[in-house]
Amino acid sequence: MSTLKDATAIAGIGQTEFARRLGDSEKKLACRAILAALDDAGISPSEVDGFASYTMEETDEVEVAKSIGAGDVTFFGKVGFGGGGSCATIAHLAAAVATGQANVGVAWRSRKRGSGPRPWTNTTVQLPTPAQWTRPFGLLRPADEIGMLARRYMHEYGATRDHLFNVALACRNRANQNPAAIMYERPLTRDMYMTSRWISEPLCLFDNCLETDGALACVIVSAERARDCRHKPVYVHSAAQGLPAQHHGMVNYWNDDPLTGPAWTAARHLWKQADFGPQDVDVAQIYDAFTPLVPLSLEGYGFCGRGEGAAFTEGGALEIGGRLPLNTGGGGLSEAYVHGFNLINEGVKQLRGTSTAQVPDAATCLVTAGEGVPTSAVLLRS
Amino acid sequence: MLTPVTDDDGAPFWEYAARGELRVQACAAPDCGRLRFPPRPCCPHCQSFDSEWRRMSGRGRIWSYVFPHPPLLPEYAAQAPYNAVVVELAEDPLIRLVGNVVADPDAPLDSVAPERLRIGARVQVAFTETDGVTVPRWLLERP
Repeated sequence: MSTLKDATAIAGIGQTEFARRLGDSEKKLACRAILAALDDAGISPSEVDGFASYTMEETDEVEVAKSIGAGDVTFFGKVGFGGGGSCATIAHLAAAVATGQANVGVAWRSRKRGSGPRPWTNTTVQLPTPAQWTRPFGLLRPADEIGMLARRYMHEYGATRDHLFNVALACRNRANQNPAAIMYERPLTRDMYMTSRWISEPLCLFDNCLETDGALACVIVSAERARDCRHKPVYVHSAAQGLPAQHHGMVNYWNDDPLTGPAWTAARHLWKQADFGPQDVDVAQIYDAFTPLVPLSLEGYGFCGRGEGAAFTEGGALEIGGRLPLNTGGGGLSEAYVHGFNLINEGVKQLRGTSTAQVPDAATCLVTAGEGVPTSAVLLRS
Repeated sequence: MLTPVTDDDGAPFWEYAARGELRVQACAAPDCGRLRFPPRPCCPHCQSFDSEWRRMSGRGRIWSYVFPHPPLLPEYAAQAPYNAVVVELAEDPLIRLVGNVVADPDAPLDSVAPERLRIGARVQVAFTETDGVTVPRWLLERP
């Protein structure tokens, strides 16, 4: 059986600036990010024949392809479940390129979540299931839904707000090194964290990601082709999606063990295909729409045991020089929240050796998508 | 306040609630009979399409809770911070319902002091009508 292992590589990355409000439309931002990624790779837009994005992406392939001047496109698809689909866009293109369905694949996400409406304020698209079981009771926002899991997690394992602060602080410290990050010049202190306003207690303001306008893209080609591109190839070593048995989406309160989320399913498949394990990961980009997703993901992806994710964050473990430096561009909490795509591009920068918070000699990077919803992950290596 | 937008599978829950009954969907296959929530067309354990709505005692325990603060939809912001809880039912702790703990069935969502809530606290269902729809609420057994 053929395998995806190292068969493809990310050859180009591109992004727009990040801000609370950008003047360009989402479509224009998408085109800017995609063209920047193709330029980074040194590949002509006319060679693009594959696309992948999120179902929540508002600009479709037709608009993107005709705007950037793509050629005849033979593979295109979108992945569901919000930020859970981020790494799956890479996985789908890797599969398409490895099997000859496309030669040059572009994955992208463009979103004006900073200046646009908050999705949860739209009550007209309230879906019958499972919203009928949650929204009438004031469980309105993702912060409320994840806050519920966070409270239970803190209760079961003795996790504290200081553990969540460790996550927020590591991301903020990396953002303070990254001029492109929204929080570049804004340090975070424990006092600021502990006295900030609640959003959904036990989650405070700094447990929540940013609200950002911006777009990112990357280019996926065969490993052979990537070696002829402008930058050192970053190989897609392993990729996985995860929809666990009896999973219910963000409000996952109805399976046997709501604290064992989709990360566990994705991780089993990810490591099974890989030549290395969690102990060999030099740097990680862990989806951080909310701080509790990080300890939950650390457990799911096998960096520690069940219930140990909070304690894992102690002693500067997530900082540069720690056990597992993560979200080295600042993540969704402090660089930009673009449904996790900035985590993918930051993983590529680390393995190229060009991050603003470079982990010395980083050769392996785990990138994860939204935990708590059907998710995905990729292992990248240089 | 948001009222439930129901679907074919969920509608019976709300119809029973309107009669003051807490009922949960259960497999009606003779050799299965497992409860399931949220309701769905067939049994994930035995794949039977036969189902019934089994009456629950209405007793449960708080599994977790949050206190949402603004920004929220206006009618919720007016009561914030309020509690939203997940209750595990006495009949089957894996059947969990999202709801609100209140001082009496018709009281607002912020009618119980936050410090009264704790994981494991015993609660009992009650029903109230809001915007023409009957929804369950939860009362602390030991207020």
